[in-house]
Amino acid sequence: MSGPVFTGAVVGLVVGVLLTAALVLAWRLARGTRELGSDSERATFSTLHLASRAAKHLRDGLEGDDVGRAARHLRTLLGCEALAVVTADGVVALDGPTALRAEAQRVGARTIETGRRQVYAGAEPSSGVPEAVGAPVLAGGVVAGAVVAFATRVRPPLVRATGEVAQWCSAQLELGELEASRTALAQAELRALRAQISPHFIYNSLGAIASFISTDPERARDLVLDFADFTRYSFRGRGDFTTLADELGSIHSYVELERARFGDRLTVTLQIAPESLSTVIPFLSVQPLVENAVRHGLEPREGGGRIVISARDEGTQTEITVEDDGVGMSPETLRTLLATGSRATNVGLRNVDTRVRQLYGDQHALEIETNEGAGTLVRMRVPKSQPQHETEVSRP
Amino acid sequence: MTSALPLVAVGLLLLATGLIGFYGLRISRTTSDFFVASRTVQPVWNASAISGEYLSAGTFLGLSGLVLLSGAEAFWFPVGYAAGYLLVLLFVAGPLRRSGAYTIPDFVQARLDSLAARRVTSVLVLVIGWLYVVPQLHGAALVITTVAPVPPWVGSVGVAAVVSAVVAAGGMRSVTFVQAFQFWVKLTALAIPVVFLLVVLGGQDLALDPAQVFPPEAGPRSYDTYTTVSLLLALLLGTIGLPHVLVRFYTSPDGVSARWTTVVVIGMISAFYMVSSTMGLVARVVAPDLAEPGVADTVALVLPSRLVPGVGGELLSALVIAGAFAAFLGTSSGLVVSLAGVVSQDLFGGTVRSFRWSAVACTIVPLAFALVTIPQGLVTSVGTVFVFAASALSPTILLGVWWRRLTARGAIAGMVVGSALCAAALLVTSALGPGDGLARSLLAQPAAWTIPLATAATVVVSLRDRRGPHPRTDRFLRRLHVPERAPER
Repeated sequence: MSGPVFTGAVVGLVVGVLLTAALVLAWRLARGTRELGSDSERATFSTLHLASRAAKHLRDGLEGDDVGRAARHLRTLLGCEALAVVTADGVVALDGPTALRAEAQRVGARTIETGRRQVYAGAEPSSGVPEAVGAPVLAGGVVAGAVVAFATRVRPPLVRATGEVAQWCSAQLELGELEASRTALAQAELRALRAQISPHFIYNSLGAIASFISTDPERARDLVLDFADFTRYSFRGRGDFTTLADELGSIHSYVELERARFGDRLTVTLQIAPESLSTVIPFLSVQPLVENAVRHGLEPREGGGRIVISARDEGTQTEITVEDDGVGMSPETLRTLLATGSRATNVGLRNVDTRVRQLYGDQHALEIETNEGAGTLVRMRVPKSQPQHETEVSRP
Repeated sequence: MTSALPLVAVGLLLLATGLIGFYGLRISRTTSDFFVASRTVQPVWNASAISGEYLSAGTFLGLSGLVLLSGAEAFWFPVGYAAGYLLVLLFVAGPLRRSGAYTIPDFVQARLDSLAARRVTSVLVLVIGWLYVVPQLHGAALVITTVAPVPPWVGSVGVAAVVSAVVAAGGMRSVTFVQAFQFWVKLTALAIPVVFLLVVLGGQDLALDPAQVFPPEAGPRSYDTYTTVSLLLALLLGTIGLPHVLVRFYTSPDGVSARWTTVVVIGMISAFYMVSSTMGLVARVVAPDLAEPGVADTVALVLPSRLVPGVGGELLSALVIAGAFAAFLGTSSGLVVSLAGVVSQDLFGGTVRSFRWSAVACTIVPLAFALVTIPQGLVTSVGTVFVFAASALSPTILLGVWWRRLTARGAIAGMVVGSALCAAALLVTSALGPGDGLARSLLAQPAAWTIPLATAATVVVSLRDRRGPHPRTDRFLRRLHVPERAPER
């Protein structure tokens, strides 16, 4: 690249860095002069700050990877010479000279065994081993481990502070467990929400197939195969995610079965941008939207109608819409429906909405445009990048 | 050359692009037709799209210009550009597709589970992307001054406006087909004139002097070995680090088809480079007077009207100009889409609205940059981007796919070391101006030492990282490397 380009680059970079630095500095100054506070206020602030930084590293439990970092913050907090976190398995974190490991192990084991605070002071000042205080950390009422603090001379304030820190750690561990169980609950809810085939649909399909067996055996055979395909897809055991292409395959079978009942009164059109076919979507998240359009949009209407399924590329997201020209509903009905779900109908719509919210966040909630007699349009936006979500792949 | 033909050609190109972009999707189908006809994007279409995005102004105009200027040594560039895809094919195409990531930062975050590593990657991707858009805008400025009596900024601003408008207005509805179409426009726009020129020249009795076409002193043997090796290394590895390559592979349905796509891409871009280099060689014989820096890049535009008199020549020129605009638009819009994706995801949580604003921002920055700088040697500008991408991102991506001990700290260390060293070397070179000697070669083509150093930094820091690789690493790597399905037949 030419000289001027780089001169431009350098000047731009330097100016940018300087501007940012100046802005940050100005902001700091403006804030600092106003809110610096007295010495005791600052002490409170720094204590709380250290505690909140340590808290983050304790949330994974005492077996987590980050306990070492928590130990560092706790040592600063207590102002002691070394600090160790000990569990029944041994020392899990030690901030200080490694020579203290054995001593920490001994004090910790004793603390865990007794479940009470232990103070080892006034032994032999000449031996070089600092004095220690150990305090138990409880989780769910059981001793989970111990915090051991070392100081050349352990004085009552340190003993008391260590006890308080250990109690605070217990609270953090319990919060961590709460968080873990909340995640587990959310996952269980997600699994429970995994859409089910409605019994209604099974009766209707079998009825439709039966009506064709004598008049058009060829068609009946195709329909049975479609039914098999659809149920195989819907009943598959593992995998909470699928690709749009696979989901559309299942929708194809579904639509064929519905058309057996509706005949020519049901038209389904697809407008799919080929780029969007490999997008990962929650398993059975588009099919319920189509089923909803059939059941609540077109079925109540005399002459059937038309459904348009479209998918398009939206930069980092894929936009999937399902539109019907059926009866629609008033916005108020829709609102109560999505909010309470008191009615047994339209379960599919609410189900999909809850799942995409849980998986991708509230900004990915379904967007629904509808009014009485004006049809319904449901729009779903899915992020393209989902490296954590594995689709069920057809391995042999 | 002030006739209206070039404008008509560019207008037709824009119209066709718009039609394909907006009506490509409008062909509605009933469900069964859809599944018979097009279940997925065929590798050949996707490959055309990738090639269309990859062949930038730098290669469309610059390659023939560089061949004209420096003869045989210019051939290292197409060799490197095409062979870069060989490395993509061998090492990253399949695994990256299977990763399910859409952009390079997404991949890094998923692999290392580190927000810090993601942010560093995003910044580098942004820098690389911006640097890559600049030569496209320079190319536009160059073309517009050749065809019409207007100031150069008209071209840059025009292309930037079209690109940001198209991307911000919701993007092309079927971007794959648009890019694929533009690849074929680019190829025909050079291939037809070249065939015509060869036919015209074939009738004349040219006293061809091999020493003029391949001067021995500019041949590969006399070319500085270090510079050549370093340049090739950068071109080979740089392709892996380009921001808009991974995005297109996402369209492939699985890893196997991503690999096939890459194979087709290599064939397609090789064909293009062959045509483009031929244009340069023809110019070396019949238009040696154009061999001046700054002018040489226009040779593909000027040559047809020189050799083919009358309307025929003007038509050919118009075709080349349409192809050049396809190159600016294709590469820039591909880059802006992937950059806007990164910006909107990192800063605004990836909403559609923020994507549009990011698209505008991602065009304005390189436009400003292009306006304050003077276009020179399009191929070398693009080459610099490859050097930077190869030093900054390629080690992390390659090690991320193939080395399980990689940690977030290692990746960050490697990216920072690679990009800082490379940027410093290039800046020092540009500050010192042209010169000779081994030290200057080391600075002018730093890839041969920055890439190993970046890799070493990554490896050393990863190995010394007390926290070790992320616990989910094995699971993620298995996903990258296990094929989706056994061969069906």
